[in-house]
Amino acid sequence: MAKVLVVTSGKGGVGKTTSTAALGATLAQMGQKVVVIDFDVGLRNLDLVLGAERRVVFDFINVVQGIANLSQALIRDKRLDNLWLLPASQTKDKDALTEEGVSKIIAELRTRFDWIVCDSPAGIERGAMLAMRYADEAVIITNPEVSSVRDSDRIIGMLDSKTVKAEQGGRVEKHLLITRFDTARAARGEMLSIDDVLEILGIPLLGIIPESQDVLRASNVGSPVTLNDASSAPARAYIDAARRLMGESVAMTVPTPRKGLMDRLLGRRAA
Amino acid sequence: MNLPWLFGGRTASAPVARERLQILLAHERGLRGQPDLLELLRAEILSVVSKHVVLDPEKVIVRMDRGDVVSMLEVDIEVPNVAEKWIAAVT
Repeated sequence: MAKVLVVTSGKGGVGKTTSTAALGATLAQMGQKVVVIDFDVGLRNLDLVLGAERRVVFDFINVVQGIANLSQALIRDKRLDNLWLLPASQTKDKDALTEEGVSKIIAELRTRFDWIVCDSPAGIERGAMLAMRYADEAVIITNPEVSSVRDSDRIIGMLDSKTVKAEQGGRVEKHLLITRFDTARAARGEMLSIDDVLEILGIPLLGIIPESQDVLRASNVGSPVTLNDASSAPARAYIDAARRLMGESVAMTVPTPRKGLMDRLLGRRAA
Repeated sequence: MNLPWLFGGRTASAPVARERLQILLAHERGLRGQPDLLELLRAEILSVVSKHVVLDPEKVIVRMDRGDVVSMLEVDIEVPNVAEKWIAAVT
């Protein structure tokens, strides 16, 4: 059975696109057939993070409008045979994305993929609503910071009321993914702890992604962080999170960077 | 264990963040799911006035200015200046 997963947050810049790419790539590596959809009409970026920006010919809205069919718009990842991208439109009017059009495309993708991962735009407007509209599950991306936690709470309320699942009396299964976490700062009381965020938001934890330069390094070269350096701390955290999405039980840890000998000798702080 | 003097004299700010969020979200969650009061007032005012006067629904504006002690509810209804319409609506 295909699953529609929305990656959402309310707040911008917390790591939705990074997480969509990393989780999508890891699920694909686990043998699942995955399509990642960019819902950020006008500000698409998932293509860039996946390194597919020069291969975009048709986009989501072209398919909604019947200018192209799905097969023409889907871009297959060059590294992973099981991973596909449906890019957002960069130029067109946002209103071109209709609920009916999205519904039709999701229904068609359900017959062809195991996972349909929807990368939501920031905010609570139309694009974000459409990204979550048909979701079975949701990954809520939260930074341990007050504005991000507040916006996540708002998004959780919307997942419980504005989705098709909720309207039919069901529940979207929600998972919390805490990103940009700094264990040392949380220990010093400078940053909300994992327990603080969990207690406030009250949804189950999918994973903890440590703050890391590896994330920027991977997006610089157009590769999901899990493919760029699978042994890096954020990659290991994303891989664990993807395994939990697949129903595996994996002990919850905050991966730390593996220090080299020189780092140890010089007492260097890991990047 | 909280030993702020160990960290350059700065006190931990995370507990403040946590408390502020708990208070704020308790309030915001309470508001959620309630119908928008102004929209409700607007719809009911429109339906009452429309019984007697032909109105453009877009020209019924309901505003609330919240003050510390009292708030001001302002209802602004534009009525077309056509005598025939008045009579038609009233009779």
